[in-house]
Amino acid sequence: MRQVHPLVMLVPVIAATLFGRMLPTWTLSLATIAASNALVALGIVVLARTGNVSFGQGLVFAAGGYGVALIANSWGITDAVAQMLIGAVCGGLIGLAIGPLISRYSGIFFGMLTLALSMVFYGALVKTTVLGGSDGFNVVRPSLFGISFVDPREADFMLYAVSVVTTGLAGIAAAVLFRSEFGLASLAVRENNLRVEYLGISANRIITINFVIAAVFAGASGAFALMAQRHIDPQFAYWTTSGEFVFVAVLAGYQSVAAVFVASLALELVRSFSNLYLPNTWQLVLGVFLLAVILFLPRGIGSLWTRQRRKRAESSAATSTAAEEGVAS
Amino acid sequence: MSTVLSVRGLDKRFGAVVAADALSLDIAPGQKVSLIGANGAGKTTFVNMVTGYLKPDSGSITLDGIDIGRRSPRSVARLGISRSFQIPQLFIELTAAENLAVAVSGMQARTLSLVSPAEAGGRRDKAIELLQRFGLANLADRPISELAGGVRKLIDIAMALVRRPKLLLLDEPTSGVSAEEKFATMDRVIHAVAPDAATIVFVEHDMEIVSRYADRVVAFYSGRILADGNPQDVLKDPEVRRYVTGGAQ
Repeated sequence: MRQVHPLVMLVPVIAATLFGRMLPTWTLSLATIAASNALVALGIVVLARTGNVSFGQGLVFAAGGYGVALIANSWGITDAVAQMLIGAVCGGLIGLAIGPLISRYSGIFFGMLTLALSMVFYGALVKTTVLGGSDGFNVVRPSLFGISFVDPREADFMLYAVSVVTTGLAGIAAAVLFRSEFGLASLAVRENNLRVEYLGISANRIITINFVIAAVFAGASGAFALMAQRHIDPQFAYWTTSGEFVFVAVLAGYQSVAAVFVASLALELVRSFSNLYLPNTWQLVLGVFLLAVILFLPRGIGSLWTRQRRKRAESSAATSTAAEEGVAS
Repeated sequence: MSTVLSVRGLDKRFGAVVAADALSLDIAPGQKVSLIGANGAGKTTFVNMVTGYLKPDSGSITLDGIDIGRRSPRSVARLGISRSFQIPQLFIELTAAENLAVAVSGMQARTLSLVSPAEAGGRRDKAIELLQRFGLANLADRPISELAGGVRKLIDIAMALVRRPKLLLLDEPTSGVSAEEKFATMDRVIHAVAPDAATIVFVEHDMEIVSRYADRVVAFYSGRILADGNPQDVLKDPEVRRYVTGGAQ
């Protein structure tokens, strides 16, 4: 199957970044949130390829946000890229700490364990008065490479650009990962982890590495959410936050990186417009939207184009086989 | 006599059921050993203990002098024992070539690359070479879910062969294969395994297959070895005829 070169994937990332210049101000923050959520959902998709879904990504999302907020306030680090990197490191460290433990579980047990850990973290944050308890605390507006942005539109665009570039680069990295030797072994773990062990490969290690990658993405996303809101509170770790990320991942399916961004943007658009026109029933609209995707696209939005691509590849393979047989005879 | 596999005093119970009762067995390099016995006789339990899936209650299992009785399936596979399954254990949404590429990755004893494409690094070539040995190269890019049961069986065995194992355990290689195709299937397996000169232990219920392909037969009954020797002698043994073959052959 012909695949797009990773460098070619930079083109839509650059285009999306520049497109931000044309967007009205209110859509900039919406797109920033969509890109940030897509980053966590991308991590969930990475992990889902091993057959495990984390219902507790709010844990690493909040760890990234709180880590950045504490370091930013203590050391005065306001640079957006530095904050994103700090968030990614904080998320990764949490992932490294709990990944080896939870990789021993699978399916619903894995999901419930991640949910339980996130709720324990949520409970601890609510009770920790040093971190502002249930009210949380504020941080200052981010800068970029020493430039402070006073104009709100410029500040929003800067954050939009950094989040879109980061999420885009993460998407390219995920696409490379999906096609890699490790990516194929991850799919094998999802299909039959016992056989993977019989082939001499550690299924637990594969799950752990995927979990750490997902945690790095969620940590960076937590940093973006913090920068966008300039405030953090325990809601970052609450189960409904984790549920939203799973919602995006389910919408996207696990077959395509681009689908994660489309799904995240679709969710934000549906939520914004249904909130605007149906303020009392917007959750109902979201539910119907998800049901429709599950019914008509059970493998997610990504299956719209991956299915077509596979069909084309199969028909071209059949044509070349027929041609070879013709030559042979 | 040099041995590849040596089993001494192996016991395994599941509650009141005795699956292995003081089993002792030596297997020499290059042998084709068939394990026969009625359902529940302990053949698959034996295979599961040798491959690390089940831990024996007592006794020892050594491969080339290395104790493997307490090791995991992964560790046992790395030491040189591979197996196929009665019901093929494949990655059904992946293609035949991708299944074998995963197996090749497992063989290349190193950390899996997060960047190198799945079928690069000679992995696809090795996968195709193995499929060719089984006459299945034309199915390389077909998902397993689209392939027939007999073909899946052969791919399952091909995956076990990737590591060029010292000992290859085949759990009922012709089960689910039609009577007309069973010899052809077994011929393909023996032909495909030949270049690696692996020692083969296969669990089998079909006495025609046993007498044609095995050079040693071990008959199991209630977790014990009832008879052990060349096929002609074992299959004529009155106890084997009474408890195992039911007069067949």
